[in-house]
Amino acid sequence: MANSKFILSILVNNESGVLTRVSSLFSRRGFNIDSLSVGETENPLISRITISAKGDEYTKEQLEKQLMKLHDVITVELMDMENTVTRELMMVKVKFKKGELTELMSAISVFRAKVIDLASNTATLELTGQSSKVDAFIEFLAPYGIIELCRTGVTAIGRGDYILKSGN
Amino acid sequence: MKMTGAQIVIETLIEQGVDTVFGYPGGSVTNLYDELYRYQDKIHHYLTCHEQGAAHSADAYARVTGKPGVCIATSGPGATNLVTGIATAYLDSSPVVAITGNVTQPLIGKDSFQEVDIAGVTLPITKHNYIVKDIEKLADTIREAFSIAISGRPGPVLVDIPKDIQLASTEFVSKPRVTKAAGAPFSEESIKAAIELIKDSERPYIYAGGGVVTSEATKELLEFAEKVDAPIGLSMMGLTAVPGSNPRNLGMTGMHGKYAASKAMSDSDLIIAVGTRFSDRATGSKPEFIRGKRFLHIDIDPAEIGKNIPACVSVIGDVREVLSSLNALLPKMSRGEWAEEIEAIKRSPKSQPKPSDGGITPKSVIEAVRRYTKDDDVVATDVGQHQMWTCLFYDFGNPRTFVTSGGLGTMGFGMGAAMGSCIGRGGKRTVLFTGDGSFHMNMNELATAVTNRLPLVIVLMNNGVLGMVRQWQTLFFEKRYSNTVLNRKTDFVKLAEAFGAEGLRVSEPGDLAPALEKAFSSDGPVLIDVKINCDEMVLPFIPPGGTINDIILEG
Repeated sequence: MANSKFILSILVNNESGVLTRVSSLFSRRGFNIDSLSVGETENPLISRITISAKGDEYTKEQLEKQLMKLHDVITVELMDMENTVTRELMMVKVKFKKGELTELMSAISVFRAKVIDLASNTATLELTGQSSKVDAFIEFLAPYGIIELCRTGVTAIGRGDYILKSGN
Repeated sequence: MKMTGAQIVIETLIEQGVDTVFGYPGGSVTNLYDELYRYQDKIHHYLTCHEQGAAHSADAYARVTGKPGVCIATSGPGATNLVTGIATAYLDSSPVVAITGNVTQPLIGKDSFQEVDIAGVTLPITKHNYIVKDIEKLADTIREAFSIAISGRPGPVLVDIPKDIQLASTEFVSKPRVTKAAGAPFSEESIKAAIELIKDSERPYIYAGGGVVTSEATKELLEFAEKVDAPIGLSMMGLTAVPGSNPRNLGMTGMHGKYAASKAMSDSDLIIAVGTRFSDRATGSKPEFIRGKRFLHIDIDPAEIGKNIPACVSVIGDVREVLSSLNALLPKMSRGEWAEEIEAIKRSPKSQPKPSDGGITPKSVIEAVRRYTKDDDVVATDVGQHQMWTCLFYDFGNPRTFVTSGGLGTMGFGMGAAMGSCIGRGGKRTVLFTGDGSFHMNMNELATAVTNRLPLVIVLMNNGVLGMVRQWQTLFFEKRYSNTVLNRKTDFVKLAEAFGAEGLRVSEPGDLAPALEKAFSSDGPVLIDVKINCDEMVLPFIPPGGTINDIILEG
């Protein structure tokens, strides 16, 4: 069976230890996580976890069912990617030499990134977008010399009426 | 009424209908034990020799009564000693509520004396667990723990209570006992699809598991089997789902299952799995197992559908309710040809037991014991050859009368399990089949059985070896008996006597009847040391990853 990328959005009780329960379920059942992001929702009692992973139909189905068995999990949604907007935020620190800044600035503008800190020979940039765009920007910056890089992992939300229900 | 946390724990247990707990005191539960002292007329605490014994007892108590079993341990080593017991209960879906004390909250995370993150440790082996950090939430947390343990597919829940929570005070208001949470109703379409699948089948086979025992669906299952006109094979956890005497019952399937049960399963075109999860020990080679077959899977746990075996149709729900719905709609079917085939399989020489040579064999011992037990008497086992022999040769009677570690395969389970079973049945005589390997693991609990005068008949099949592993070494490792020949000098009769129990020895076939006569008329624990041949194997044996064609019938 073919492996494909998928995104799971999970609403959980906003309590300590819940993230461990969710992430350890992946390792315990032999599934890998590509990225994970988590934060409180509009309801402070509920957090939303977005997990990006790869797997076949069996993996997806098992993950959904096993996650639903966790007591603190309220909703599990295997996101319908055609109806979902995904974003990721990256902060990256790159080196530049004299004379390179202009070229760098124009690339920043093309990628719609932002300069959040500038020193004499380094620039710290912020970029938000789909993971593929983030990857492309990293590839572009690599020749300059990336000093530090961090990304939040994918977060995802459905379009329009595609809403995760947290209530009964 | 204002109460301390320790008192609230006990009051909540009483409110939940608990009158029996198993445990061991220690520094982080002294306040809890002080309350147990005050409430001893309402809750009987059984002090074991080791927390593992308490966990196994609570598990067995739950299995024979259907009510949650409760065990209590202190922080650190007390809590970690429960771990094997909790894992055993988890793998066999047994509703256990484990209560542990922990160090006071300011000391948590400081590697304090007897501190361990037991919630972290038991995360993968509990349905859910809690660390109570707020006295106001203590009572409701315990209530929720009971609700989770008994609802849906049952399982263990751990509640870790730091000492300062046990000491703090708050108002306690009693609430009614929790009941099982209602599951989502199964769909009419799934019932219709199931019926179509059954009608479409020529050779249906019912494969029943522990879910039938848990949901107490024996009557419904037998009615279903009559309507569908199908034979029944059982998983190890399902051995008491149907009486051994029922002609539809072919016995246990799988690695050490009966020939007829495995052969009929292999020849069927539809497997109707009821409350079972297709463990690797039950299926052997998965691709071969599923070849040419369709599957109807009925289970309360949606995650079991498609986990080990792809199901054509599934019905998710309590198996008794599902079977009742199916029975109401199914016509009475008749499958003469398939029934004849089954009869032929049953008559096949491969199905016949080896003729006895008159010596002491596991089969003769188990059958002799059965002559002393009634259908409602509980039989517990440890893990190994004696366990499989019990599965093969014991003629099971009523549901909830067989207590064994199926999923985890826990050697050392037996003594705690036999005690918990006996206590759960109000002190009724209980049989434990064990081996010299398993018994050595937790024989300390003999002291608990003696203290409480539990009428246990402990039948120890003594072959001086770790027989199950040795059997593999015989068959697959050219008889290189690495660390399976015990060379121990333990005198089990003296050992039993040293603990204050009665010890009897059976060395000749003629010793067996008088020993059993004596054991079954005693009112305390009796250990019978039965010498058996170390080359005796568990047969049939389908090697791991094999099929019915690989079955080994003779040693």
